Amino acid sequence: MKAYMDNNATTSLKKEVLEAMLPYYTEVYGNASSKFYEVGRVAEKANADLHKAVADQIGAKPNEIYFTASGCEADNWAIKGVAFANKNKGNHIITTSIEHHAVLGACEFLEKNGFEVTYLPVDEFGRVSPEEVENAITDKTILVSIMTANNEIGTVEPISEIAKVCKAHKVIFHTDSVQAIGHMKIDVNEMGVDMLSMSAHKFHGPKGVGVLYIKSGVKIDNLIHGGGQERGKRAATENLAGMAGLAKALELANTDLDKKIAHMKYLRDKLIKGISEKIPYSRLNGPADDTRLCNNVNFSFKYVEGESILMLLDMKGVAASSGSACASGSLDPSHVLLAIGLPHEIAHGSLRLSVGDETTEEEVDYVIEVLPPIIERLRMMSPLYEEVLRKEVK
Amino acid sequence: MYSEKVMDHFANPRNVGEIKNANAVGEVGNAKCGDIMKIYMDIEDDVIKDVKFKTFGCGAAIATSSMATEMVKGKSVDEALKLSNKAVMEALDGLPPEKIHCSVLAEQAIRAAIDNYHGKENTNVHHNCTSDCESCPHVEK
Repeated sequence: MKAYMDNNATTSLKKEVLEAMLPYYTEVYGNASSKFYEVGRVAEKANADLHKAVADQIGAKPNEIYFTASGCEADNWAIKGVAFANKNKGNHIITTSIEHHAVLGACEFLEKNGFEVTYLPVDEFGRVSPEEVENAITDKTILVSIMTANNEIGTVEPISEIAKVCKAHKVIFHTDSVQAIGHMKIDVNEMGVDMLSMSAHKFHGPKGVGVLYIKSGVKIDNLIHGGGQERGKRAATENLAGMAGLAKALELANTDLDKKIAHMKYLRDKLIKGISEKIPYSRLNGPADDTRLCNNVNFSFKYVEGESILMLLDMKGVAASSGSACASGSLDPSHVLLAIGLPHEIAHGSLRLSVGDETTEEEVDYVIEVLPPIIERLRMMSPLYEEVLRKEVK
Repeated sequence: MYSEKVMDHFANPRNVGEIKNANAVGEVGNAKCGDIMKIYMDIEDDVIKDVKFKTFGCGAAIATSSMATEMVKGKSVDEALKLSNKAVMEALDGLPPEKIHCSVLAEQAIRAAIDNYHGKENTNVHHNCTSDCESCPHVEK
């Protein structure tokens, strides 16, 4: 049996999405900027239609939708673009300590270029407080960037409350919704955000295409200079196939969304309950209430290391991920797990399981069956567990 | 990413466990860095009659522990002290660059156990990923 439990990393491409993309690789090969012949005009029309299709899904206007080559590009553009365009107003940016590396990396780059960045702390569940956002705002603040939902521990942030704070202080507010799309309702007006990033491959679309929503009136510099595509804001010949894939995937993701959320929540909660009951010395990371993303499960198992768990799970056909240093290829475990206050040794033993709308109950049952013996096996090998066993005997 | 030998030693580790009344025990690494190796030896007349290990760590940490214990089993203490991390790595058909420190840890664990046998203080060698303790942010100095 196989179980793909890494939908927060990426998702499979849906068949209907591929079908929506294929014509743009074959018949509609024209350049959307070449409007003096038919195949170019067809492409130009498709370009306009696809902007509208995406805009309709998130409550935006077509001219507020900018296609990018990834969620990372969307985040980088939002942060660097607003910073450079508004540097005459101020040089201060507020974000959090649990953002995706795309946001953190862009902020670190800006710090080297004369900007100041406040990395807000989060509580033990990964929540950012709107009051702390307000307290951090100074007369130099030009941008706040806070993710809609965390990719590792599934915390859904109070975005509309933070948006109100930003609006009151006339500060531009960007949110990285890469993990949220397809897992909750996303409407830019309800949320009150000025900018929002998404990435198609996180909701059964293709890799290599994202969107940055930029509300009309937001002052932002280009990240990619060149031709006049995307109303002169982002150069590059339109990737119509990718855009068509993103638009179709978004439409599908939002179709029967409530039903899908209920399905994923059911599977998520079954995993959480099964693992908590069967594996001692385990800890659920992230919130256990309705502020948890419907598809995310993250546990720490004391006395074992994450990469070993992943390798043994892989041998059983289960694909998952971990925030351990070894799994992330760095010296430290996940910055998110450290930010919620986990000691290094507990963070090293983390496991993220993320379900999707195509995940079945059989797959979840299978994971609940194979995981406990894997943890037990690694613990029996762990010198840290010896003492625990000794204490238990006493 | 890992060689077949690493996968084999990870999936079927040799010499896992403890030796009761071991006359040589060595432990290196720390939980903060994410890997600890503990080696137990039964040494008779300077010959390693039996050796067992317990490891908290990644796949490479477990595989190098397994291989290192195989390589010193039955050897004299002096021979075992000559075991290098490179030899462990070669026996495993190589390790990814970021995992080389695991083989260093295995070498140090064997040495720590033998030091213990020789009555030296069991220094838990604080270990880092570049094999350079001076630069390790996790080593309490």
